[in-house]
Amino acid sequence: MHELSLCRSIAGIARRAVADRKVRTINLDIGELRQVVPETLAHCWQLVAVGTALAGSRLEVNRIPAVVRCLECATDTTLSGLPILRCASCQATTVEIVSGEEFTVTSIDVEV
Amino acid sequence: MGRFHRHDDGTVHAHEHDHDGHDHSGQGHSHGHDHSHEHTHNDVAGIGHDEHAELIGDHSGYQTGSERIEVLEAIFAENDLAADANRAEFDAAGVSAVNLMSSPGAGKTALLARTLAVLQGRVRVGIVEGDVETAIDADRLNGLAAQLSLLNTGDGFGGECHLDAVMVANAISRLDLDALDLLLIENVGNLVCPAEFDVGAHRKAMVASVTEGEDKPLKYPVMFRVVDAVVVNKIDLLPYLDFELELFLANLKAVNPKAAVFLVSARTGEGIEQWIDWLLAQLDGKTSTLGHNS
Repeated sequence: MHELSLCRSIAGIARRAVADRKVRTINLDIGELRQVVPETLAHCWQLVAVGTALAGSRLEVNRIPAVVRCLECATDTTLSGLPILRCASCQATTVEIVSGEEFTVTSIDVEV
Repeated sequence: MGRFHRHDDGTVHAHEHDHDGHDHSGQGHSHGHDHSHEHTHNDVAGIGHDEHAELIGDHSGYQTGSERIEVLEAIFAENDLAADANRAEFDAAGVSAVNLMSSPGAGKTALLARTLAVLQGRVRVGIVEGDVETAIDADRLNGLAAQLSLLNTGDGFGGECHLDAVMVANAISRLDLDALDLLLIENVGNLVCPAEFDVGAHRKAMVASVTEGEDKPLKYPVMFRVVDAVVVNKIDLLPYLDFELELFLANLKAVNPKAAVFLVSARTGEGIEQWIDWLLAQLDGKTSTLGHNS
């Protein structure tokens, strides 16, 4: 349930970014390698937002696929299923993560 | 109290409403954005929004307009700043800090007790003990550690599932870091949440016990991937279990080829010296090689 802590951080970011404007949607990038459950995050957001200026706002999650680049043959592999960091082309495990670890507030939609 | 609403687009959210004089009888309580609830929009009325005109996003489906404010802020940024501050404090005091994680019952506290017994008189070890509600673990370690700071995480919203950098900052404020060489931070027993939070330690280690199943590295890859060392505990039980050690080690290698692995029984002390050597190596390299471990 660290989603609750994460929502508190998101709320802090939102408050600093929008001043006293009414927040409608907070857009997030969340990589597949993050252990964040979007449904749980949405539920926790209601707990955090209710009774505050952020009440009525919602989180919009953009999932970013996990991609690793092979340090041996430079092939990019998009991971699916088991999160084993291995090159699909040459099977090397010496890879670097290209994407999938994102956890960012990208933008906030406010009412005008 | 807030009310949960389901919108046409399938999203669900809660509104804070003043229900005085508001008729909720009947099922036809529609909640589009053209509703007549007492949402106060006055707070935005006086704001000139020309400066955001270029940022206006797609607001089709809304009666009122919407503006998009670009933010691009990492959600862990605040925690990571606090973690960096902790690390700077450790560095200034010449302390090497290790964040120790595991599932509940894997044997973190038993390993710490054994570790403290071996290091007593050799290295000044401090402990940050992250229990959810009790001082039970701290009581087990008291007297063995040079200093101990108990950090109950149950003060918050139903108890935290992990330590974060601010909690650890509170814990170390009660320690005399200058009088320590090594700080072991016992995290909350949990294979998910602690993996996501940098607490400012130089190294991360975890305890995985042979009673847990060979597939744990595949089920909790984030935890197994972030650690520098894995202590495989309770190996004295191997003769009585179906646990396939080779399969576990292969799974571990698949998600984390670089981790140092130690086969240990915290109960009998078997294999403990290799783990101790690894801890001592963190001290030796402290000033030169211990960088910021993300």
